[in-house]
Amino acid sequence: MSGAGEGFSEGALRPYVITKGRSRPSRNTIGVETLLVAVEPARALPLSATREETALVRMCGQLLSLVEAAAHLGLPVSLVKVLASDLVDSGHLSARSGVPRAALPDKQLLQEVLDGLRRLR
Amino acid sequence: MVSVGSADRYLPDTVQQAVKILVVGAFGVGKTTLVGSVSEIAPLRTEEVMTEASVGVDELAGLEGKTTTTVAMDFGRVTLSSRLVMYLFGTPGQRRFWDLWEGLAEGALGVLVLIDTRRLEDSFDVLEQLEIRGLPFTVAINQFPDSERYAEEELRGALDLLPETPIVLCDARDRVSSVDSLITLVEHVSGLGAARRSEAVS
Ligand SMILES: Nc1nc2c(ncn2[C@@H]2O[C@H](COP(=O)(O)OP(=O)(O)O)[C@@H](O)[C@H]2O)c(=O)[nH]1
Ligand SMILES: [Mg+2]
Repeated sequence: MSGAGEGFSEGALRPYVITKGRSRPSRNTIGVETLLVAVEPARALPLSATREETALVRMCGQLLSLVEAAAHLGLPVSLVKVLASDLVDSGHLSARSGVPRAALPDKQLLQEVLDGLRRLR
Repeated sequence: MVSVGSADRYLPDTVQQAVKILVVGAFGVGKTTLVGSVSEIAPLRTEEVMTEASVGVDELAGLEGKTTTTVAMDFGRVTLSSRLVMYLFGTPGQRRFWDLWEGLAEGALGVLVLIDTRRLEDSFDVLEQLEIRGLPFTVAINQFPDSERYAEEELRGALDLLPETPIVLCDARDRVSSVDSLITLVEHVSGLGAARRSEAVS
């Protein structure tokens, strides 16, 4: 079985160019599931903004998760983390629901998840 | 790239919080199938960059010498309430993909380990790794037509599971069955939380 996309592919140098040589985001609270939305009213991006930054802000015209934005843009998640983190810092994107700090999710949240899952049955 | 249905890709603005669950297992065990059964969107695929050693700014000069590869993962989404959304990540279980878990497992509610009884040994490494990392998990046995049927106790023994680890039978192609295995996982996580809270009190 090919594993349909689970195999390896080469070519990871380019992300480091797009992120201006960094491989880690400036904030550690940004995760794959962090919800992003462009700040309203839209602020112009600096002229130095990369094509990918512009595309990410445009993609986040309405609310969606970082990993969805990455998938729709066809960019690696780790790269989008770096870009999103910068764009939050610069006030172009706002982030909801970062990576929780507590080791265990709270009881109320788990109950909400269970209620939601039970409704799906 | 405005594709068909791009209007429905977005979440309602009332959503404030996102949670995630990892679905881990060997190739062909049914991860993508399970994610697809539960997801409200057509499962999406994305890539994560993996490096043999983690690459920082200062090490960039040596990048040519490092093995840097990307690995694809599937994910899906379920809106659980007007304020809460859940993401499900199908994550390959093989040892060489464990680097990928770092960013993905952080903050996850828990892990559903999908197991094919025809290849039980494929899951030993994954189970051990989850125990070492202290990630709460539930085992879901995906039954294929030619799988032999084992009793739960037999499987529990063969997989050397801790007594508190739940084990469920699952048909990844079936939405209700897949949702049920996720419910078992989240109930298990709730139970762990309750146990830890009462420990803290006593
Ligand atoms: N009988 C049966 N077949 C399944 C089940 N789950 C997946 N399959 C089949 O097994 C194959 C591999 O599934 P897939 O989801 O791609 O596995 P992955 O590599 O873990 O993502 C597909 O042909 C599925 O249709 C199941 O619960 N029962
Ligand atoms: Mg798959």
